[in-house]
Amino acid sequence: MAEVICPENRLFEITPEQLLPKTMEIKTRGFRLSQACAALVKDQIELSYSFAHDETYQLETFRIVTDQETEIPSITEIVPAAVFYENEMKELFGVNIKMINMDYDNKLYRIEVESPMAPKKPKEGE
Amino acid sequence: MGKVARSPWLLHYDGSSCNGCDIEVLACLTPVYDAERFGIMNTGDPLQADIFLITGGVNTQNKDVVKQIYDQMPRPKVVVAVGVCACTGGVFKECYNILGGADSVIPVDIYVPGCAARPQAIIDGIVKAVALFQERSDEHDAKVKAEKKGGR
Amino acid sequence: MAVDLSRRSVIPYGPQHPVLPEPIHLDLVIEDEKVVEAIPSIGFIHRGLEGLAMKKDFNDMQYVIERICGICSFMHGMGYCEALEGIFEVEVPDRAKFLRTIWCEMSRIHSHLLWLGLLADGFGFESLFYQAWRIREKILDMAELTTGGRLIASVNKIGGVLKDIDDDMTKAILKNIGEIEEELKQIEKTFLLDYTVQSRLKGVGVLTKEQIHELGGVGPVARASGVNVDLRKRGYAAYKYLDFEPVTSNDGDCYARCNVRLHEVYQSIDLIRQAIAKLPEDRTLAVPVKGNPDGECFVRLEQSRGEAVYYAKATGGKFLDRMRIRTPTFANIPSLCEMLKGATLSDVGLLVITIDPCISCTER
Repeated sequence: MAEVICPENRLFEITPEQLLPKTMEIKTRGFRLSQACAALVKDQIELSYSFAHDETYQLETFRIVTDQETEIPSITEIVPAAVFYENEMKELFGVNIKMINMDYDNKLYRIEVESPMAPKKPKEGE
Repeated sequence: MGKVARSPWLLHYDGSSCNGCDIEVLACLTPVYDAERFGIMNTGDPLQADIFLITGGVNTQNKDVVKQIYDQMPRPKVVVAVGVCACTGGVFKECYNILGGADSVIPVDIYVPGCAARPQAIIDGIVKAVALFQERSDEHDAKVKAEKKGGR
Repeated sequence: MAVDLSRRSVIPYGPQHPVLPEPIHLDLVIEDEKVVEAIPSIGFIHRGLEGLAMKKDFNDMQYVIERICGICSFMHGMGYCEALEGIFEVEVPDRAKFLRTIWCEMSRIHSHLLWLGLLADGFGFESLFYQAWRIREKILDMAELTTGGRLIASVNKIGGVLKDIDDDMTKAILKNIGEIEEELKQIEKTFLLDYTVQSRLKGVGVLTKEQIHELGGVGPVARASGVNVDLRKRGYAAYKYLDFEPVTSNDGDCYARCNVRLHEVYQSIDLIRQAIAKLPEDRTLAVPVKGNPDGECFVRLEQSRGEAVYYAKATGGKFLDRMRIRTPTFANIPSLCEMLKGATLSDVGLLVITIDPCISCTER
């Protein structure tokens, strides 16, 4: 029977200011970016940045709870592979990510609906 | 038929399908199902194609691509919508980025149902398309002939 | 040397292109025949499937998730079910785990054979393309026999599987994979030893281990560059009961990627044999799942193209708050852009194919 390597996934809640130093730190520990995504939970936006280690199969996730206005720094300077993830978050959820290395400016998927998965704004006149 | 039938060339474009119908279309052209025995040939060039196989629904970005490919094809032409997504939009109909089936952008002649459409169904669609293409070409030829006579 | 901007030109590549079965668009900045930069633009197949998860019942959603991609269909359905099983904290019956493993490996064989065919088509070896696809039909017959569908299997449900594989079917599978192994050995020689094939593949699109790590590459692309990573080692489904080692290579070029995928087909054949031999007698296929999901779960699977991440988040409603699927091709696009730098224009089609692009997965 083959050896099974399956450590528990770990999750840390952080603030937007901590994102860059934390990313730097986890990168020096030999992790690679596995995925990044946004989620809409009760009118708040949750950002998850998951990093995976190829030898220990560990998955560590940073969680930022934010809204559409707060500025989130881009991690593309540290992890170039994050370009598409950040563009996707920006386009679908309207997350305010600043200084993406290759910013598609909401034209990654080129959809007609503006940020389709973002919190519903009350219509004018209501 | 009595005379030599035409040998239409086939162009395949993936609208926004899940890939399932696309690989079944390709599987149709490979040895086991071998749709080429009906006299068709696969091509990648819209300017030389006669039958347009489209899979998947149409979304806001590829709407113009589909239209352009259709316009580039010489007349007469036949359009076959393969799979339920190309017919109506399928399971993705309610998605925010889907406009509907292929017929929301271009006129479709033959609808092949299925998710993913089975090779047998696709072959059936191709055979029907070949017959329809023959009919349209004959019509076209007759029209050209009549015009020539009238011009003289 | 100073860069002479006047010699640069931009060539649009795709979305409709003979070598691509699916639409992807690349803007290639070229200098003479060399590609200097490649800017991908995606979105031709973007459907907005993740948005659909917010307004469809979580039980129904499983059938939509399976239709993200026709090639990886089974594994997408399985990833979704595992994520929800993680939220519900249910344990799938043993037999269901083994059946899932068998179907996973069957879809891996079919996906890799499909890729080998497309690769042969990419370097212009038409008869090899036909041979690979002819062999592939055998595994599709088995998929049809066991699940009823050639590509879209729809046999997963949250808490188990819907169909069983009986003894006649296992016999048929064993006979068929034996034939596939025999026939693949015959065409393997052409893929690995043929002079013309080697001259097209060797030394093309080299990526080092460090580059792969930096760019977040996954799956066979990473393994071909010497990264020893295979998520099946995490032991999900029945992989913890099976014996295998990841297939790796150190060259990092197109030839290595072809080599890795070819040997993974043999590995999958071996895994199916092991799984069938250890198939548990107890025929319970599913455990009941009650109520609405509440919680979140990350699941990682090794798909035929690499690591896929499923993230489900729910807060007790009938609908999921978020269903995120990060597919392997999405992670491999930065690697592709790096590979294209310095390649000649004639190799672009080949390089796009070697990452095994699955665009409908990528864009969902």
